[in-house]
Amino acid sequence: MSEVILKVNNLCKYFDSKGVTIRAVNDISFEMEKGETVGIVGESGCGKTTLGRTIVGAYVPSSGSAEYRAADGEVYDLSNIDKKKMKELRKEIQMIFQDPYSSLDPRMTVFDIISEPLKANFKLKKEEIEEKVKFIAEKVGLKTEFLKRYPHAFSGGQRQRIGIARALVMYPRLIICDEAVSALDVSVQAQVVNLLKDLQKDMDLTYIFISHDLSVVEHISDRVGVMYLGRMVEYADTASIFEKPMHPYTEALLSAVPIPDPDMNNERIPLAGEIPNPANPPKGCPFHTRCRYCTEKCHTEVPEFREREKGHFVACHLTDTSMIKGIVKPKEGM
Amino acid sequence: MNNKEELLKSKEERALEKKRLKQEKYYMSSQWQLMGRKLLKHKLAIFSIVLLGILYFCMIFSDFIAPEDLENYSAKYSDSPITKIHTVHEGKFIGPFVYAQKFKFNDYGQKMYYEDTATPHRISLFVKGTPYKLLGFIKGDVHLYGVKNEDGTPSDVKVLILGADNLGRDMFSRILLGSKVSLTVPLLGTAISFVLAVIIGGVSGFYGGIIDTIIQRIIEVFMSFPTLPLWMALSAAIPTGISVTNVYILITIIMSLLSWPGLARTVRGRFLSLKKEDYVLAARLAGVSDFKIIVKHLVPGFMSYLIVNLTLGIPNMILGETSMSFLGLGMRAPATSWGVLLQECKSINNIANCPWKLIPLVFVAITVLAFNFLGDGLRDAADPYK
Repeated sequence: MSEVILKVNNLCKYFDSKGVTIRAVNDISFEMEKGETVGIVGESGCGKTTLGRTIVGAYVPSSGSAEYRAADGEVYDLSNIDKKKMKELRKEIQMIFQDPYSSLDPRMTVFDIISEPLKANFKLKKEEIEEKVKFIAEKVGLKTEFLKRYPHAFSGGQRQRIGIARALVMYPRLIICDEAVSALDVSVQAQVVNLLKDLQKDMDLTYIFISHDLSVVEHISDRVGVMYLGRMVEYADTASIFEKPMHPYTEALLSAVPIPDPDMNNERIPLAGEIPNPANPPKGCPFHTRCRYCTEKCHTEVPEFREREKGHFVACHLTDTSMIKGIVKPKEGM
Repeated sequence: MNNKEELLKSKEERALEKKRLKQEKYYMSSQWQLMGRKLLKHKLAIFSIVLLGILYFCMIFSDFIAPEDLENYSAKYSDSPITKIHTVHEGKFIGPFVYAQKFKFNDYGQKMYYEDTATPHRISLFVKGTPYKLLGFIKGDVHLYGVKNEDGTPSDVKVLILGADNLGRDMFSRILLGSKVSLTVPLLGTAISFVLAVIIGGVSGFYGGIIDTIIQRIIEVFMSFPTLPLWMALSAAIPTGISVTNVYILITIIMSLLSWPGLARTVRGRFLSLKKEDYVLAARLAGVSDFKIIVKHLVPGFMSYLIVNLTLGIPNMILGETSMSFLGLGMRAPATSWGVLLQECKSINNIANCPWKLIPLVFVAITVLAFNFLGDGLRDAADPYK
């Protein structure tokens, strides 16, 4: 874990709709190393998915850059790259989708779905494709006889395995998991998360794991970024985010995670009001309308996203003054 | 005892295996196979398919099945009613036969038909008659049924199972031969509007933006025309002197010109909604080209909907062709279609005295209903994944 694989600098993605600009992704910066997993959390509509899709190249960013170090060691800015090179990089950056139902074409067999990226990018013989698809299918836990079936034969968990196989078949290096387990029920979630972890070790993958489920993110991530209203409000390694959050929003999110221990007295910090309209975000700190520590300064000035402790980035004026709690974890064995 | 148990067990296993195979077959069914399964459960649609099958079969072999051709005029049989088919002559069973139709005028000057019961004329199968070319290239002169003289030559006694028109031509033959126009114009017309709709609707939905806006406004203009006056205007533009084939082609084009806008809308709508599906994004991210995405994901995605809409559009075309021909704007005699046949029903005299002349209407209604039921069944089956 040394090589920086992705460096996002001031990335913005605005959508224009009927004269209103929606800042779905607003000035986001972070970097991640090869082989690690970065979790992105936040409520619905905070721009997690847009961030993921902008990095993967589905959207053209409005400004900013995403520097990606490719397998050949060169660094490419994904936001400003010619089409030919992008097509090559597609092999290295892949995505796993949230909805295992709408992400698989119901009119194609599992084999066709998994082999589609291979056929689009490589000139391979039929046998080679077959071999590769079978190999990857077995790797994600699909029986090879399933390949002749259509997606309607499968449950959500199995469908997600098909989606994972499609993402992996070209041996990518960076995978964006967009709520990859959110649509699955809890027991299946655990299976898929563990599968993703195993595959990461096996195939040397780097994940951006987008989710709203904090416990899943805690389980899989090395670092976590917390998003609110299109902005990144906190970014640090998983342990410090969960034990020593520095942003009031992170604190509120963490307080909502149920702890399976009746002795723990965990105070819920309710967030007042709704998430503001991203087309018309509040002035100053975007969180000030719902922040219980809000001061005069928060109304007027946008807090800078900067490193407070080593590797711990926060965007809050009050980090030094407020009494923000983390989760006091019960020690193991107790 | 042990043996029996084993037998029972293997029987159970076999039943399980059978069930598993059935399940596996379902898992490996493509969209069209799933649609077929669903359609088979729609009794009315299956009935309609059979009915339409019969109609189209009769259409293809109409020259053979029809005892006469279109130009077999006969003053002797003008406005003749349906010929009765008898089996017993003077107390003796001699198989199906007809008596020759004779007529006299009554006190009001009306033509009254009666049967000349002196000689029975046996109905025979495979009778030599007027020569024809089946499907345009198979020459023949044998007709399914008819009356022949003792020396084997065709007799002038007619078997009019659906009566005759005012020129003494067999209605049944005319309905069958007319179906060549009435049943194919809608199919060809839909085929043309299908191509137009896929291209125009597809461009509109795929590119979006200003192209989409322009195409949609044009479609709205097309859709806001009142259909009947537009038909009349377009048909009036068909010159009178041209051949039957050309009239046929022109009518088909007119029909499809008026039906593509609705279909193009459907195509565009499906394009727009399919474009947002995750699997299309997944294909794009996998580096699949735009053209391949359209061909492999988008077109198969809306094809089933389009087929439903096409099927439900056919009745309109049948009715359109019938009304045009009825009004004298479409096919013109001696060429015929169901609409042309109904022209005679314009006068109350004809309807009151010769009600069999309304029979083409029954064929129109049956065909329209059958296509509607089929479209209904297809619509229920169109999306087997929901």
